[in-house]
Formats: sequence, structure tokens, C-alpha cells
Amino acid sequence: MDIRFEEVGYTYQKGTPFQSRALHDIDLTIEAGSFTALVGHTGSGKSTVLQHLNALKKPTSGQVTIGDRVITHFSEDKGLKTLRKKVGIVFQFPEAQLFEETVAKDIAFGPKNFGVSEEEGLAKAKELLPLVGLDESFMERSPFDLSGGQMRRVAIAGVLAMEPEVLVLDEPTAGLDPQGRKEVMDMFYNLYQEQGLTVVLVTHQMDDVATYANHMIVLEKGTVMKEGHPRELFKEAGWLSSMQLGVPSTVRFAHELEEKFQWHFDPLPLTTDELAEQMQVKLSAGEGDAL
Amino acid sequence: MMEKLIFGRYIPGDSLIHRLDPRAKLVGAIWFIIIIFMANNWLTYLVLALFVLTAIKLSEISPKFFINGVKPLIWLILFTVILQILFTSGQTIWFRLGPIVISQEGILNGVFIFMRFVLIIFMSTILTLTTMPLSLTDAIEYLLRPLDAVKVPVHEIALMLSIALRFVPTLMDETEKIMNAQRARGIDFGEGSIYQQMKAIVPLLIPLFVSSFNRAEELATAMEARGYKGGEGRTKYRQLNWHNRDTAVMVAFGLLSVALFVLRV
Repeated sequence: MDIRFEEVGYTYQKGTPFQSRALHDIDLTIEAGSFTALVGHTGSGKSTVLQHLNALKKPTSGQVTIGDRVITHFSEDKGLKTLRKKVGIVFQFPEAQLFEETVAKDIAFGPKNFGVSEEEGLAKAKELLPLVGLDESFMERSPFDLSGGQMRRVAIAGVLAMEPEVLVLDEPTAGLDPQGRKEVMDMFYNLYQEQGLTVVLVTHQMDDVATYANHMIVLEKGTVMKEGHPRELFKEAGWLSSMQLGVPSTVRFAHELEEKFQWHFDPLPLTTDELAEQMQVKLSAGEGDAL
Repeated sequence: MMEKLIFGRYIPGDSLIHRLDPRAKLVGAIWFIIIIFMANNWLTYLVLALFVLTAIKLSEISPKFFINGVKPLIWLILFTVILQILFTSGQTIWFRLGPIVISQEGILNGVFIFMRFVLIIFMSTILTLTTMPLSLTDAIEYLLRPLDAVKVPVHEIALMLSIALRFVPTLMDETEKIMNAQRARGIDFGEGSIYQQMKAIVPLLIPLFVSSFNRAEELATAMEARGYKGGEGRTKYRQLNWHNRDTAVMVAFGLLSVALFVLRV
């Protein structure tokens, strides 16, 4: 299911003295089966874009096409529920959405709203817990007795339980420890690879963008500045830092090597493995004599 | 949804009304609510209405905001007005149907009650739209200070008020966030039967309570960590200054009271 923005504009509190424009004529496409990273520094309009992805907000100008539904300013609120099932959003600090008595019930809450029976929902919860790195013993526990990291996993399971086609992640690893971060990101990547989920990731972690994404959108002041493959965009380290964004550590390291030894990396290595591989080739070819 | 909540919201500005001392505005507004009950004929209501309209004009805020302030209460007002019309006994009967009697006096009373509601709402809206909530608590603290003598914890009450006001926007943001998260999980707020709507509130309220308690605890810890101690010896960052214009406003309210006293029947 593709999501397409055409000249989308959004103004908060339109028609009051508090009005402020968050988005200006945004054109972008999130293709089915892609892993798209949405980056931009604080206040660039990422969160507003995100809320358009499942019609939580309707554009004040332009239109958003989600699958075969077109959403404009004048779209009715009816029937948006089917969209919300197809596009699941894991908000920032999603643990704030937990409210049920038990973990299992909270995970089953989403599916139940979309017409799945209680038993099926609970079965779904049982199935999902191991996937997010928790075991069945959590089923009957209160979500409020868990640690922050565990709550986060339960909340993520609650979104996955709706079996969305598009999974939108708003800084899903913020506040987790490094180990937890890697686990959570790897889990999303597996879902993307194995179940063909379309993933949209909003993040400040350029390393995550480099490791996982195959499409990257740079937002600034409510407009799309650049769009393309991370490998292309990360070539422009200077431009990215002028957007207050920076590059992944592998790219930074590769640039430093290029400067010091007049090496040339092609293609630009995005992951540690790619970097190591290219360095090995160069070193065995004798280019590393200077070392 | 939150965007429509205008009532009770400060709108920055630099009009005469904005610059008045919050104490003058608070005392004035309360005084107005008391003396409005002296009005009992057309002339007195006209004087009050002119007074309020002048204040609105001086505040340089679009009348739209004042109308919006009345909107949430319109059903309550109409209900009261209808009760007045139906249950005021009078001489000049206009309409009679069984036990229902509508008299000229009833209609008149209804109109007066309507005026009273609207004027009170306008006056308190002027106060809240032109005064920063924190200045308002400062004013309350100042005015309550005499109660210190009878061991009322005035400072603590004022602190509680300022904290509560400070967290209104935070709580609204939080509400919006949680609503979004639950809408993304398939909840429709404000749709379906009353029972369904009430059920939809639970997934909103519980997370709000949890986060409010967490926030309160964090705030208390932070204040303690910085050695907060209220009450005696504590100086203020925002000082209240009484100007001649504030005295003038008090005089205006005094004249209004005299006028009402003279003109009422």
C-alpha cells in the first residue's frame, strides 16, 4: 500500500491568533515494501507528517492518498478506522498508551477495536510477546508493574497486534539502553524482511538510518529538502550537518580515512560490515602501506 | 478538539486592560458579579452592558472570543431562562396552556437573566483573556494574605494554584498525545452511543492519571532537591505594582455601583 502526499500543507489552529504553519506543500511517496527513514531536527514537521499517515490529521491544503483512499481537508471522519488498521503507528514513548489491567488485554485492545474477538486477541498477544522479547509469563501481569523497557515492548506489541500493512515508528528506541535499542530495531527489521511490512521510521539516529533504511526523506521547516537513497544523501556530509543532522559513524570514519590516505570508497559504506569489507580489499591490495 | 478551547485562555497583548494590575482586574471582576444582582430594570442593564462593551473595546481583543466564551454554556443559560419564563407569575398573561403560563413579567425576567449570564461571562472572559494565569495567582495570594493571621496556608494555596495552572497546557498536550495513540489503535472519540463514548474515555483517563501522578512526584522531588521552602522570607520574581490607572479602574467600578444604586427601582 503506497502513501502519497501531494502539495500537503497543514496549519495548526487555523483562524485563531495562535495559528502556525507546520507543513508547506509537501510532496512525498512512501512506496509499499520500502523502509523509509524520515529525518529532520526538532520542529521540522516530522510529527505532523506522521499524523497524516493514518489520517489522524487531515491536511489543510493538498491531499494525502493512503492506499486507495484520498484524504483532503474536506474528507469525512467516517470510515477512517479501516485506514488506522492498515497503518499502525508506534508513537514516541508509546508506553504512555498502556491502560489495561493485564499486558495481554492491553495488547488485545487494538485488535478488539477492529472487530477481532477477545480470544483471538489474547491468542495474538501470546504469539507476539516472544517476538518483542518478552515471554508468556508477562500475559497476566499489570503493565504498570513493568520496567520502562518492558512497557515499551508491550506497547509495540499492542500496535503489531493490529497486523498493519504499514508500520510507522516515531523514535521507537528513545530512552532504551543500547542492547534494548538493537533488539528492538532488529525486530522491526525482521518484520520488514520476513513479513514484507512497509516501515516508516522517524529518527535522529543516523546509524539506524544507514543500517536499516532504503529510502530517506529530509524535512526542514515543514518542507521536503531532499529525498533519496541514504547512500546518496550521506555523501553530502556538509549539507547534512547544516541541517543539524550529521552522518552515521561508519560514513564519518570512511570520510576520515579518505582524507588521511586519499582512499576512495565506492559505494559509500553504510554499515560496519560494508566498511570492514572495503577496507580489507584496499589493505590487501597494498593501499594501506601508509598505515 | 483542544484547539477550540478558547475560554479562559490568555491572549497576549498590550492594551490598557492587559496592563492593569491583576489585583485591580480580579477585584473589579468579582465586584461586578456582586453588583450585577442590583440591576433590575432596562436602564441598569443598559448601563452594565455599556460598561462591559467599553471594557471589551479597550482590551483590543476580537469580540469573537467573547462570543466563543458563551457558547459552551449556552444550554445551561437557555435552560435557566426557560425556567424563569415558565415559573414567574405575573399580571399580564400572554399565553396559557393548562399549567403553563407565560406572562410579560416572565419574559422580561428571562431576558434579564440571559443578560446577567452573558455579562458575567464576558466580564470573567475579559479577566482571563487579558491576564496571565500566573499574575492572577499572584493577585489571589495578595488578596488572601490577611487570612494568614488565622493560620490559612495562603502561600501553599497560591503555589498549588500556580502549579495547577502551569500544568494545564502540559496536560492538554498529554491528552492530545494519548488520544492520538488510542485513535491509532482504533478508538473513535465522540462517536457512537453514549455508552460507547463513555467506554472510550477509559483508555484516555487511566494513562492521564498515571502520567499526572508521575509528573507530580517528579516535580516534588525536583523542588525538594533544590531546597524549596515557601512562605516567610521568600521573595518574588514578579512584583505587582499599583498604578494610577488601577486606582482609576476602581473609581470606575465605584461610579458604576453608584449609578446602579440610583437607577434601580
